[in-house]
Amino acid sequence: MRLSDEFRDPALVRDIAHRIQRFAGMQATIMEVCGTHTMAVARFGLKSLLPAGVSLISGPGCPVCVTDQRDIDRYLALGMQPGVTLACFGDMMRVPGSVTSLERLRAQGADVRVVYSPMDAVEIARAESQREVVFFGVGFETTMPAVALAIKVASDERIGNFSVYCAHKTLPAALGVLLSSDEINISGLLLPGHVTTIIGSGAYDFIADKIGVTCAVAGFEPVDILLAVEAILTRLEQATAAIDNAYPRAVRVEPNSRAAELIGEVFVTCDALWRGLGCIPGSGVALAPKYAAHDACERFAAGLADVPPPKPTTCRCGEVLRGLIRPFECPHFGRTCTPTAPVGPCMVSSEGACAAAHRYEGA
Amino acid sequence: MKELIEEVFVAGYAGADFSGDDSALLRADGGELAFTTDSFVVDPIFFPGGDIGRLAIAGTVNDLLTSAARPIAISASFIIEEGLEIDALRAIAASMRRTAEEAQVGIVTGDTKVVPRGSADKVFITTSGVGVVRRAGVSGGSARCGDKVILTGSVGDHGTAVMLAREKLLDTEAVVSDVAPLVDIVTGLIESGCEVHAMRDPTRGGIASSLNEIASQSQVAVEIDEVRVRVNPAVNAACEALGIEPFFVANEGKMLIFVAAGDAEKALGVVRSRRYGEEAEIVGQVRPGPAGRVTVKTAIGTSRMLAMPSGELLPRIC
Amino acid sequence: MRVTQIDGPVATAEFDGITRRVRVDLLDGVRVGDYVLIHAGLAIAIVDDEEAKSTLALLRGVYDAAQ
Repeated sequence: MRLSDEFRDPALVRDIAHRIQRFAGMQATIMEVCGTHTMAVARFGLKSLLPAGVSLISGPGCPVCVTDQRDIDRYLALGMQPGVTLACFGDMMRVPGSVTSLERLRAQGADVRVVYSPMDAVEIARAESQREVVFFGVGFETTMPAVALAIKVASDERIGNFSVYCAHKTLPAALGVLLSSDEINISGLLLPGHVTTIIGSGAYDFIADKIGVTCAVAGFEPVDILLAVEAILTRLEQATAAIDNAYPRAVRVEPNSRAAELIGEVFVTCDALWRGLGCIPGSGVALAPKYAAHDACERFAAGLADVPPPKPTTCRCGEVLRGLIRPFECPHFGRTCTPTAPVGPCMVSSEGACAAAHRYEGA
Repeated sequence: MKELIEEVFVAGYAGADFSGDDSALLRADGGELAFTTDSFVVDPIFFPGGDIGRLAIAGTVNDLLTSAARPIAISASFIIEEGLEIDALRAIAASMRRTAEEAQVGIVTGDTKVVPRGSADKVFITTSGVGVVRRAGVSGGSARCGDKVILTGSVGDHGTAVMLAREKLLDTEAVVSDVAPLVDIVTGLIESGCEVHAMRDPTRGGIASSLNEIASQSQVAVEIDEVRVRVNPAVNAACEALGIEPFFVANEGKMLIFVAAGDAEKALGVVRSRRYGEEAEIVGQVRPGPAGRVTVKTAIGTSRMLAMPSGELLPRIC
Repeated sequence: MRVTQIDGPVATAEFDGITRRVRVDLLDGVRVGDYVLIHAGLAIAIVDDEEAKSTLALLRGVYDAAQ
């Protein structure tokens, strides 16, 4: 069996699922904060393997979902300007803004292109010098290095018609806010494997040391996720808190130094507005002054100033992202909010909790 | 799309009887005819494994076959963008002729229009097909509890091949469209006398779409065993890179066959002995459960839903 | 995906017959033959084969002991 297949070996999965049954009766709520985990858990039906009393809920792990409505409306407004080409990842296409969506804009003739990497957007700008290419910078620390690199390349190679609307966010600060609120009692956190390859597991030490919540960094195969759950339940049983690395083949305690350099050069830390969590100090990044020429907020400041504030909606994505309600507890779920006619981003993002529930757990 | 069809077209065609099957059945002088129509707007028009011409003929033939009809005639109309190279048209026409010969069906009539540059994208093809029903009652609404589900081969090949040809994200020679007319398989099944209740060729929306349609039409619950569904490793790898799931990706040379449990092994043997059916497997069954629900037994033994795919996951793949 | 070729900051990676180009700027000392995790066109980590194998061996050892 190949290595990648080994971590979904049914025999191993059965074994770990059997072992964790010894924790049955322990009342524990584990939160995962990674959209890829949300999807993997749903796709593999992993909740059915958890011991009685242990539940797994989704948190603010989907970068598209935690993007504030204001940022979405502002990015959409750019697409309505002549000569602008919007370049973004595919799952932004159906996210509903206050008046329109990227998909609808494209149907009406706007130049909206799906790319698989920010570098593709740079290449579009290079090839089509008469277009203003604006990339939607959405994503956590896993995506930030790729975007930083694209900005650096555009700057070095003087591709002036490339800019980024930067809505990137960093996870640790948000986790601190989430865990410090009284709304919900989270026993343990499943931490995102890929974000942690960039920031290192040491970045979460404050969660165990200061806040006292135990965590485990997990990969994305069924065996990985179950091992992380086992690690958390074991710590809970021992009444200790630690940051366990259940993904040692890819994750270390230290951050990736090259990524840190790139991010440090191209971005500066700032406050960020999160859907559902409000403003979290120091949880966002903006382009450093040196790269202002590639900052869409600078380049299009005049146009963006006119964008009205988002319209209020009855969307409950914010509560889903805080783990306060499950997708099916939202009154819109599957009725007024579906993947083709969404009320909010959680139903259409490729990593959204509502999308996962709708696709794999039934409407 | 489903809403568009229902609200605009079905509502508009007064008196029409839309069963949800791929072909309409018409009574004609003591027999039944199957009648189907389709349009093809695939981009690009030439892709690994085929082209828009082969797609048009195979797609129409397969739609007729799902009603257990022997295809007897196809019409083909073309809307051609001015400036399309004549060699491309020749290649498409030749491909259509070859595919029609393979399917033993005649292209008997058609039409051609040329529109100004920019009014169409290279070429669009619309077909209609007529067939003689050889076994009555084979319909998406006829699946029954206990039926086994046979899938004639791997999934996701066509949609992935077209996506890769368009997106150029990945390089591969290993992903090729499966476009093919399945006359041999269906002829074999009909002649074998196996009790086939429903057949569907899973095109846009993949097997997820077809299984949900049949579950809904027949008001049954269907369970699929994930490990039995073949996915070519290259298709799997490409789908993961593209962020799509093979069960939702189009095929153009596969058939889902709902057969009475007692005939399942025999039917499987027949399919495997026919062209394009060599890798057939029994992948699931119709079992007691909520009507219209499709579930998957995962590779790790847990259960999950297989939802109807929403929206245009992959545009212009057929 | 497995790295099959490196040309400065750009590498070719392959998996099951699929090939793609990725940037490897984040991975000092990446070599042909390494398995890498890829995100948004950038290789973000090298998968440590030995670590993976030892995890699996440990798991299987526990499994066998529990039988």
